[in-house]
Amino acid sequence: MAFTETIGEATINGLAYVGGLARLTGEAAGAVFIKPFRGGKLQLGRAIHQAMSVGVTALPIVSLISFFVGLILALQGAYELRRLGALQLVANAVAISMTRELGPLMTAIVVIGRSGSAFAAEIGTMKVNEEIDALETMALEPVPFLVAPKFLAMMLMVPCLTTWADLMGVLGGGSFGVTSAGFTWATYIRATLNAIALRDLLLGLVKAFMFGVVITAVGCQEGFSTGLGSEEVGRSTTSAVVKSIFLVVAVDLVFTAIFYFTAAH
Amino acid sequence: MFRSGKKREEAPQPADGPAIIVKNLRVNYGTREILHGINFEVPSGETLVILGGSGSGKSTLLRTLVGLELPSGGEIWIRGKNFAAMSEAERDELRKKMGMSFQSGALFGSMTVGENVALPLHEHTSLDDSTIEIMVRLKLDQVGLSGFEEYMPAQLSGGMKKRAAIARALAMDPEILFFDEPSAGLDPIIAAGIDELILKLKKAFRITIVVVTHELASAFLIADRMILLDKGNIVANGTSSELKESQQPRVRQFLDRIPEPELTGEIDYLQMLTGENPPERR
Repeated sequence: MAFTETIGEATINGLAYVGGLARLTGEAAGAVFIKPFRGGKLQLGRAIHQAMSVGVTALPIVSLISFFVGLILALQGAYELRRLGALQLVANAVAISMTRELGPLMTAIVVIGRSGSAFAAEIGTMKVNEEIDALETMALEPVPFLVAPKFLAMMLMVPCLTTWADLMGVLGGGSFGVTSAGFTWATYIRATLNAIALRDLLLGLVKAFMFGVVITAVGCQEGFSTGLGSEEVGRSTTSAVVKSIFLVVAVDLVFTAIFYFTAAH
Repeated sequence: MFRSGKKREEAPQPADGPAIIVKNLRVNYGTREILHGINFEVPSGETLVILGGSGSGKSTLLRTLVGLELPSGGEIWIRGKNFAAMSEAERDELRKKMGMSFQSGALFGSMTVGENVALPLHEHTSLDDSTIEIMVRLKLDQVGLSGFEEYMPAQLSGGMKKRAAIARALAMDPEILFFDEPSAGLDPIIAAGIDELILKLKKAFRITIVVVTHELASAFLIADRMILLDKGNIVANGTSSELKESQQPRVRQFLDRIPEPELTGEIDYLQMLTGENPPERR
């Protein structure tokens, strides 16, 4: 009895949480895509500022991690492929895994750690310091003012970072290919280009876009649900990271499945 | 909820009447009622001080007056318009004519003091940057913070933060100013400075001011009228001299700083548990 109750309650809470995310996303999308055409103000300056901190300053760490991941993929792939005598397929393995899966995913993990947590901490601190209340008394709605610029920045920057991560991953794989698998840079790049189709890149970018939306929604939602007291900010930051990672993986699964089944027919 | 749509048309007062009229205001947090039907008026250009102990509902009352909490019943008329019954867009229009200074200051930590004051002007007006810059300098000068435009809020002392918050509240030239505990957490000298600033603003601009506080000295210095809240009810409402002379036990207890009597009898204990006040205290 109590067990089924717990399951039911958890399910309802989960659905309510996702509903809350959807509402926040809808409101922010309204502020970004609809309001500016009705005389509303788009916080472009804030969006550019966010884009710099979400995207540009993340480039070094995204580059390094993707390069390593590409290299790891090549090493792991080569181990099996060599036994089959198909070492030249290492370029294909790296290219397809990076563009379809690991480029978007590793980028999302870095962005969650850098920006998702920062969103939760920023909005949570503002909540604790009555700054959110202050915005409202100044007739400034928190979602268009605070959340919408973050959405705009993330929707643009996460796909951009992902594209960059794909490239760095391929370079990582290439550095193995050139030193240990008999490729030259030119043949490695050509093999990579032959291996991936536009569809692979597209799948990666659609995922990256969705990850950006999910990370922003969770980060901001956790920020707004911060209670009173500074320890609450820590709690919402942690919670933003954990929930974002889970939801990103879940969204990844859904989109991968959709692409798999639509491609089969 | 708010009762009728027709009440919205018949404004009970002309625009130069009371700035704020509160009628039978009730506010709930969940199922718990915090304010039990409050009635009072604030005449234009006067300063009302809302006194009350911790948990008396005074902060809730202030939050409701500025629209941060929605009432569960009753009416709030601000400048002849029913604030509680209007749409969010109408409420935002009215909010531009109101300024609020929060207890902690609530300055935006990621912006400089100047940017804080400029924010409502940037967002709500089409003034160009150089005009806004001049207005920011003017507002900061009015609160005694000339030259602090480029400071971050974290670099300011407690009293300066409050002053900066007041400058931001003044940015849109409000008709009504709200203060939440303006002198809380400040030393007596700085607190006196804030009181003086409030008096100066009142004199200079004839702004209607509502102050929530529990600091008696500061309350009597700045108030034209006072109300004393106790457990969500108004126990006294009058001019500051009327309140000073009042012989009502609860008012005397508050003004003379007499602690709550020890709970002695079973009846007292029962009343504490049920949350009902003994009738003789009313």
